[in-house]
Amino acid sequence: MSKKILAAPYLLWMAGFIIIPLALIVYYGLTDKNGAFTIANVASIGTPEHVKALWLSLWLSLVSTAICLVLAYPLAMILRNRGIGRGSFIVFIFILPMWMNFLLRTMAWQTLLEKNGVINGILSLLHLPTQSLINTAGAIILGMVYNFLPFMVLPIYNVLCKIDDDTINAARDLGANSVQTLLRIWFPLSVPGVISGITMVFVPALTTFVISNLLGGSKILLIGNVIEQEFTRGSNWHLGSGLSLVLMVFILISMAVIAKYDKNGEGSAF
Amino acid sequence: MSQPLIDLKNITKSFDGTVVLDDLNLAVAENTFVTLLGPSGCGKTTTLRIIGGFETADQGQVIFDGEDISKLPPNKRQLNTVFQKYALFSHMNIAENIAFGLKIKGKSKSYIQDKIKYALKLVNLDGYENRSVSSLSGGQQQRIAIARAIVNEPRVLLLDEPLGALDLKLRQDMQYELIRLKNELGITFIYVTHDQEEALTMSDTIVVMNQGYIQQMGTPEQIYNEPENAFVADFIGESNIVPGIMIRDELVEIFGARFACVDKGFGNNKPVDVVIRPEDIDLVDPSAGTLTGVCTHLIFKGVHYEMEVTTPDGFEWLVHSTDLCPVGQEVGIHVDPFDIQIMNKPASEDEEAVGINE
Repeated sequence: MSKKILAAPYLLWMAGFIIIPLALIVYYGLTDKNGAFTIANVASIGTPEHVKALWLSLWLSLVSTAICLVLAYPLAMILRNRGIGRGSFIVFIFILPMWMNFLLRTMAWQTLLEKNGVINGILSLLHLPTQSLINTAGAIILGMVYNFLPFMVLPIYNVLCKIDDDTINAARDLGANSVQTLLRIWFPLSVPGVISGITMVFVPALTTFVISNLLGGSKILLIGNVIEQEFTRGSNWHLGSGLSLVLMVFILISMAVIAKYDKNGEGSAF
Repeated sequence: MSQPLIDLKNITKSFDGTVVLDDLNLAVAENTFVTLLGPSGCGKTTTLRIIGGFETADQGQVIFDGEDISKLPPNKRQLNTVFQKYALFSHMNIAENIAFGLKIKGKSKSYIQDKIKYALKLVNLDGYENRSVSSLSGGQQQRIAIARAIVNEPRVLLLDEPLGALDLKLRQDMQYELIRLKNELGITFIYVTHDQEEALTMSDTIVVMNQGYIQQMGTPEQIYNEPENAFVADFIGESNIVPGIMIRDELVEIFGARFACVDKGFGNNKPVDVVIRPEDIDLVDPSAGTLTGVCTHLIFKGVHYEMEVTTPDGFEWLVHSTDLCPVGQEVGIHVDPFDIQIMNKPASEDEEAVGINE
């Protein structure tokens, strides 16, 4: 009995800040302004501009996740093979930017990429033609990769650290060369970390609106921006909630696909 | 020994400035069971890893069947290793683990199937093909690790404390298994352990190492009965090591009493160290003893009693005997001549350094 009382604060917290908000979103998403039941909000995902925003979001976050993976795996491998323990200096340096405000970091990129920003300033000093860098899909991908890369590196690094040196030695001993060892031992054993990294990059990338706001301007709308605008400018909470529900379904589907490849649950990020 | 299969020449290795192996020379004959024995940090595992190719010696050569393989990576060496913590591939089942080396070499499917069956039979785990690694006990995992190594038909099998993580009973069973395996396969085993009993049970040749030097190399009988220095005597089994004076050939004086022995050639009136194994001391009537003392300690150990007999000079003799001598009783000590082992005292500081540091 007394133990159940100890759980009460957490249950209250969960009810107040997780279950009730979710229920509210479901309620708003499935009703119109008069409170009557409707699926129009959810169905409005079918309108061309919403479909376009959703596809663009999926596409950009997929590309960002892939780039993060390609960058993170070798880095995690290097960190692990240097025998650098957890909490060491290089890992620390790597995590350091995560301690700085996310907005601040993204705004710094804005300053760099602007039409009259630092990069174009340097280009014009060198008498090179200035580039339109900001407000492009590329700028958004850059922002996503920059912000989410550590979330890919750390789980992969962790899972690589768990692989015993002698497991690798055994593969070498049995005749495998470096490439064979990489493909048959390193990769399969690091799948849980890769899965975890993909989840931790793909999900926030899919839902972000801050990065696309700052680096994509008003030209490029992601699904996150559409939802945000419905809440802040359009004041149509019902439509925003309906689209949120659709997005949630996409995330659940991607999580389910990921979980299928991660049978042991070793790499679960949450 | 004609041409040795493995010949280590002047191997030197240091880690972060600490010398682990210093000018080590070791020849291993074909089809022998050689054990590298020593306390932790003596360089035995490093020696094995240099043979396996996981470490590179700073200086020296590894000769395998007349060829210098010092620069070859592990996957190009005709030998296989069994690791201390098994190092099985947890993402593969048992059959895939065993097949790993053969698949890399591109062997045919039927050949691999036959080999898996044969290897599992050899390690008494028939029918385990589809089991997962985590469903096996430590002893079973170690057998699979051995099976995984031997299907590649190595000429030498390197074993790095393979029984270290197993409990006593299982360890003893596995010792007999390994002897059987070695005889059935007819290949060379190089075995690393810190367990002297394991070494004595299984080896054809024991190499006792300490602080990067080989202290003594010989058959288990030689190592046990004729230790060359105090370190070997102390490390292999229990022993009484006492200072003595070699009066002349076949006569040694210990604490003023003269014992007949069988050793010769140490010179006359020369200080020596004398090793007497606890089980070689006969407790007799005080009047019949070469030395007399008082029993000061008595413990029942199952097979025998462990006693301490203190002689007037203050030395406590460790005695193993099935005859009981109650604490406080005066007793005589008798030792047969062939049970006394004479060793030179360490001549130089260098030799002293590799001795016992207590």
